[in-house]
Amino acid sequence: MFPKPIENSSRAWQLGYQAILPLVMLLWLAPLLAVALFSIRPDSDFLIGNYWGWPSSFEMIKNYGMVFGSAMPRYIMNSFMITIPTVIGAVALSCMTGFALGVYKFRGNLLIFFMFIAGNFVPFQILMVPVRDLTLDMGLYNTKTGLVLFHIAFQTGFCTLFMRNFIKALPYELIEAARIEGVAEWRIFWYVVLPLMKPAIAALSVLIFTFIWNDYFWAIVLTQGENTQPVTAGITSFNAQYRAMYHLMSAGSIIAALPPVLMFFLMQKHFIAGLTLGAVK
Amino acid sequence: MTTTSAWNITLAKQGWYKRNEIAFTPWLFLVPGIVMFTIYVVFPIFQSFQISLFKWNGLGELGTHGEYVGLGNYEKLLTRDRSFNISLWNNLKWLIFYLVSIPAGLLIALFLNQAVRGIRLYKSLFFFPFVISQIVVGLVFTWFYDPQYGLFNGIIGFVGFEPINVLGDPSLATYGVIAAGVWPQTAFCMILYLTGLNSVDPEQVEAARLDGAKGMKMLWYVILPQLRPATFIAFVVTVIGSLRSFDLIAIMTNGGPFGSSRVLGFYMFEKSLSEYGFKMGYGAAIAVILFLIMMIFIGYFLWRTYQDEKAVNQ
Repeated sequence: MFPKPIENSSRAWQLGYQAILPLVMLLWLAPLLAVALFSIRPDSDFLIGNYWGWPSSFEMIKNYGMVFGSAMPRYIMNSFMITIPTVIGAVALSCMTGFALGVYKFRGNLLIFFMFIAGNFVPFQILMVPVRDLTLDMGLYNTKTGLVLFHIAFQTGFCTLFMRNFIKALPYELIEAARIEGVAEWRIFWYVVLPLMKPAIAALSVLIFTFIWNDYFWAIVLTQGENTQPVTAGITSFNAQYRAMYHLMSAGSIIAALPPVLMFFLMQKHFIAGLTLGAVK
Repeated sequence: MTTTSAWNITLAKQGWYKRNEIAFTPWLFLVPGIVMFTIYVVFPIFQSFQISLFKWNGLGELGTHGEYVGLGNYEKLLTRDRSFNISLWNNLKWLIFYLVSIPAGLLIALFLNQAVRGIRLYKSLFFFPFVISQIVVGLVFTWFYDPQYGLFNGIIGFVGFEPINVLGDPSLATYGVIAAGVWPQTAFCMILYLTGLNSVDPEQVEAARLDGAKGMKMLWYVILPQLRPATFIAFVVTVIGSLRSFDLIAIMTNGGPFGSSRVLGFYMFEKSLSEYGFKMGYGAAIAVILFLIMMIFIGYFLWRTYQDEKAVNQ
């Protein structure tokens, strides 16, 4: 293990390390903690300049209640209605593409794989004008469906990279054994490969959930208004509405950030497994 | 031998589909993915190249309402547009300073790679900034920098400095935004390195220790070579992330003050979809230039992947 395990060093070092740990963490999260502190202050604190002292009263329920009374819950609903179908669509498509590229040897296999990888890395801006036009032409501008379709297509690039590498690492003998038994290819996919892909599906779902939830660019390019926009775009109109009311803007930001954070803490193992696939060989 | 011939006989008995099943199946599975990806990603790239040769406000069809100007947009961008120059330079600043996330992430990973009580929770909390959206990160940092009530000025005021309006100063704004971006990016690199450190070969470390290696020497000659896959991914993702920067700029400075914190991705958006009129052709030309810059790194990534694939198949 590197660095040297702390339990092999002197008692003083160990205590020092344990003491420094929470301090460094507080420093690391300071900007976020400041917002959390703002979100429970009364507005009078901001008028008298009490930014960093003890809050003169704790207004957590009032502040967060105000946020829930605004358009915020609407935006959060929209976010869910955009994120969940995208996760399902992108994972389903990439299970199939990943299976095709990971199991079969055929001409053009690597070329198609590289197309997906390259596409996943391109700057959004080069897609912006044509995708906006396409969405307008299909009559899907300013609809959740329009946004979801694009997200599914774009995320398929990253998901294929992920799934293909995962399937490639599965024992190929299983597939060969099934073929000798005369099992049809689509049944091999459904009954042999798919059950083995559960960890990959879990990891990818959590990851895509976070990516899509946090998307801002496409939200402002393809949607407008509180009927369709997700919370990342909604928070800016929320902030415009409550300009300079920092306690409310802080509470709103914290609410907007919450779902992916919960997702991360509940599915931490899968999240990190997904993120670091390929980082260890 | 006998199994193969028996296999061939069964094959011959089956119908056309059955005989070609193995050649046919992958394409069936690929069709939905390829169709979606072609419509929404591959075609639009080529369309943007085409649009970039026109003067077009986005209304009506490109062929009838657009005016063909050849390389005119590019000529104007590269010779007469000061904002483009500023954006390009800022992209370079992003690229260079964003890379700080890699050593910073390594440093935190080394700091946290211990087995004390509660370390798991600490690791998750350090990773936190990566999970929340860039929009919230941007808001958090905007308030952090606020000259009046921000924590940043609270701290430097405590040490005895005059308050600085980071985001209001044209010479500082970009750096302020980059710092906000480095925060989550460092968290991402940290998690890559923590996973990498987990799989460092303990025997090699012990052997090196017996040979008297420790500290920086050990890190440089024994640990880092084993962390190369993590470093590679961290590098690619960080570079691409730096060139893609948009959200933080839109939230924190909106390109200002006086356009000083624009990057290509933001400038393109501004030209194409903003109150200054819809200059789609001009915007597309900016996007194409950004795309070509990124292709250098995408190409590098593909080349490395290709080398790996060749090694696996041999």
